[in-house]
Amino acid sequence: MEEKQNFQTYLDFNQTVLKPKTENEISEVVRECYKKNIPLEINGSKSKNKIGKNFQTEKTLDMSSYSGIIDYKPEELYIKAKAGTSLEIINNALEKNNQQLAFEPTDFGCLFSGKKNLGTIGGVMACNFAGPRRFKVGSVRDHVLGFKGINGKGEIIKSGGTVVKNVTGYDLSKILSGSFGTLAVLSEIAVKVLPKSPCNKTLVIDNPHIKKALEYLNLALSSSSDCSGGVFYPEIFRNYFSLNDLTIKGALTAIRIEGPAKSVDKRIEKLMKEINVNSKEVSILEPEQSNVFWKNTQNLNVFSATKSNLLRIVSPPSETFDLIQKLKKFDIKYFIDWGGNLVWLEINKVSPKILREITDIVRSAKGYLTVIKIEEHLKAQIDIFAIDSIKYKITEKIKKSFDPRRILNPGKMYIGI
Amino acid sequence: MTGLQMPKVQKSIISNRDKIISDIRKIIRKENVLSHEDEIRPYETDALTAYRQMPLLVALPETVEEVSEILKYCNANKIKVVPRGAGTGLTGGSLPLEDCVLLSMGKFNKILEVDFKNKCVVAQPCVTNLSITQAVEDKNFYYAPDPSSQLACSIGGNVSTNSGGVHSLKYGATTNNLLGIQMVLMDGTITRFGGKTLDSEGYDFLGLMTGSEGLLGVITEVTVKILKTPENVKAALVGFPSIEDAGRCVSEIIAEGIIPAGMEIMDKALTKATNDFSKAGYPIDAEAMMIIELDGTESEVSELIQRIESIANKNNCSSIKINKSKEERLKFWAGRKAAFPACGVLAPDYLCMDGSIPRGKLAEVLKEITRLSKKYNLPVANAFHAGDGNLHPLIMFDANDKESLRKTEEFGAEILKYCVKVGGALTGEHGVGIEKRELMCEAFNNNDIQQQLNIKVALDPNSLLNPGKVYPILRKCAEEGRVHVHGGKTKFPDLPRF
Repeated sequence: MEEKQNFQTYLDFNQTVLKPKTENEISEVVRECYKKNIPLEINGSKSKNKIGKNFQTEKTLDMSSYSGIIDYKPEELYIKAKAGTSLEIINNALEKNNQQLAFEPTDFGCLFSGKKNLGTIGGVMACNFAGPRRFKVGSVRDHVLGFKGINGKGEIIKSGGTVVKNVTGYDLSKILSGSFGTLAVLSEIAVKVLPKSPCNKTLVIDNPHIKKALEYLNLALSSSSDCSGGVFYPEIFRNYFSLNDLTIKGALTAIRIEGPAKSVDKRIEKLMKEINVNSKEVSILEPEQSNVFWKNTQNLNVFSATKSNLLRIVSPPSETFDLIQKLKKFDIKYFIDWGGNLVWLEINKVSPKILREITDIVRSAKGYLTVIKIEEHLKAQIDIFAIDSIKYKITEKIKKSFDPRRILNPGKMYIGI
Repeated sequence: MTGLQMPKVQKSIISNRDKIISDIRKIIRKENVLSHEDEIRPYETDALTAYRQMPLLVALPETVEEVSEILKYCNANKIKVVPRGAGTGLTGGSLPLEDCVLLSMGKFNKILEVDFKNKCVVAQPCVTNLSITQAVEDKNFYYAPDPSSQLACSIGGNVSTNSGGVHSLKYGATTNNLLGIQMVLMDGTITRFGGKTLDSEGYDFLGLMTGSEGLLGVITEVTVKILKTPENVKAALVGFPSIEDAGRCVSEIIAEGIIPAGMEIMDKALTKATNDFSKAGYPIDAEAMMIIELDGTESEVSELIQRIESIANKNNCSSIKINKSKEERLKFWAGRKAAFPACGVLAPDYLCMDGSIPRGKLAEVLKEITRLSKKYNLPVANAFHAGDGNLHPLIMFDANDKESLRKTEEFGAEILKYCVKVGGALTGEHGVGIEKRELMCEAFNNNDIQQQLNIKVALDPNSLLNPGKVYPILRKCAEEGRVHVHGGKTKFPDLPRF
């Protein structure tokens, strides 16, 4: 009880799980942990908390109660919310104004539990995983306009704001995006929102070959058709898509076009000429089915509740074909997103040795690898996030500048960080 | 350097000048170390010409290894280093210090690779922004960020200041179009952040370095993404009877779900000045004039331009002209781009401010600027990147009149503070440099600034790389922040500034 008296909030610091309701409470929890050198695990709605290394902490900071939209200005194209706000709440608000988070955050709930769990806006920023539209509109980090957070000393810090053009000081929104809660506890986030397109359709090409598919995707992304999605699903995944408009039987090469209805039709027509396919080789998904197709892609539905391991490989598109060929010697299933820039790789049997081999293959293709899902017992023996020795040293210094006692999600990204 | 405190000059460094020159001549070719007064004079200022300082010496390395060795040497001997690209920055970001090695990246001026398959260009940092587009335009590609100084400004400098341009709303600033950099840290470490992939592993150092104004490292290579040139571009030139109508039109265009490539507003004073100067055919009776540019496929652009026309009519526009030819569209822009020199004709001097505001606050902010204009008895003209909320008020004055200069400075600072007050930012695209350094406390509190300084110290513990820039030396708020132009003579008078 003595503890509680020192503590100026209604939180009981003796609890293992602390659920702050105000920014000051978050700050006090971190300050207390800093003083006493107590490591903290930070959670939102736990949709992505299995990504990263296992680490031991004495306390858990549950941010899910720090929730709510603070300010939404559709005409200014931004929404500001408390970090624990679920994406569902945010999406519902945006929907009313026909707006969206254009970076299409992945629902990892499907992957880990087979159940929908979009996560919180804090988690979305902390993990920086963007969906199919990435190559056109940027990643989560490109949409974060500003944030408030609590560093490892318990100090409330902020950077950026709510306007798109702002070059005042270092852009901390970027370094916090994708830092998996290892630099600061995010408390408020302002994100850019964009109008939904009035129409979208998807051109699906009947083509079983990955090489040809990558050529189609490259041509589409280099054309003036302004496409906003480009994906290749090998034949093995065909049954995951039962859509009336989809008459193609085998592998799917799909390209999304968004915009005003008339323009979408004209651009699809033009694109077909540019990539040299005729109407017999294609299916065109009308808006409703196109939406379903891309939602499934965004949420990794083909890997829903998979018992296998899942890797996320980003590579320059020119290397993707060779990369896949080299990986085929393992027991894998894959699909290609971001118009050839991203490979989602399911791998059945994995060992630290196999993972090292894969990491080397990816590195030689000038790409990088993130382990998204893996057998728990392997986590201690492998790298979840890629890093080289020079960047590790810089990472160590930056970590220290935010969290000198290493109390925020210690070891989640790398041992020693 | 009126009243602006810079880092303390180390007398021992000054007295050791000859030895430092000879040491650096052992690292790089002798002729690449400039030490004679006549040789280093061109480096005494950037485009914020009101501030001048001769450096200790100028070093012009040719390779990343040379950059690394120079930084290692300076770090070991506690010598300050100020990096410099093309020197077109408007905020004194590459202003030398008396005891610094001015590290000019001028010899890093080659495009290293054009990679259409991965849709990117790899360039050395002193390649100009425009030459990246020129290297790929034959295949109908371009590099999107287009700061007005793109003819001369360097891509490395663009990364350092996170440069924008008139098309930022749709295409983002430098940070959104950058794939990778090679960088040398103050201790000589050579590293790469990003590459040809989208996003990168681990912490987003690429994002942190972009816009860090040369305080965290020296950029030695840049990889930017290139985009397909839009099939069609159309612009509308619209006049409005009031700023409020123009502001409402902007909001309604956005609310309709249209994201134009560019939206520019000028107030009556600037429209008139520009029209007199460039004979652009602007609606000079209008209280506000707007250029709205759309790009994309032919079908999309023609559909959207019709909708824009009807939104403009709904918001009481007094005139509307849609370009019939490319030449006509360029003429719309030519007038706008001549806005700054046009002000140079109206008054002996003008100060250009660079605040960022929420789009919807335009009328309120302009009303406040008008009030301040009366209060200080100084004329002002306003240009506004309405698409992304970046406001450039131009205050006209006579620098020979000391009282007029003092009043102008006060006026400028009040404008920027008001921008912050309505939810905007101190600087939208020019950067902080030394110009807005003392205003940082308006936007940030002590904790915010301390966190940023902690990052600086983590990578440069002795604070040797570009010290005295961005962060106030004494953390208090002063009242400065401006670009001073005398007699219409800027450092780069030929560069459009908009």
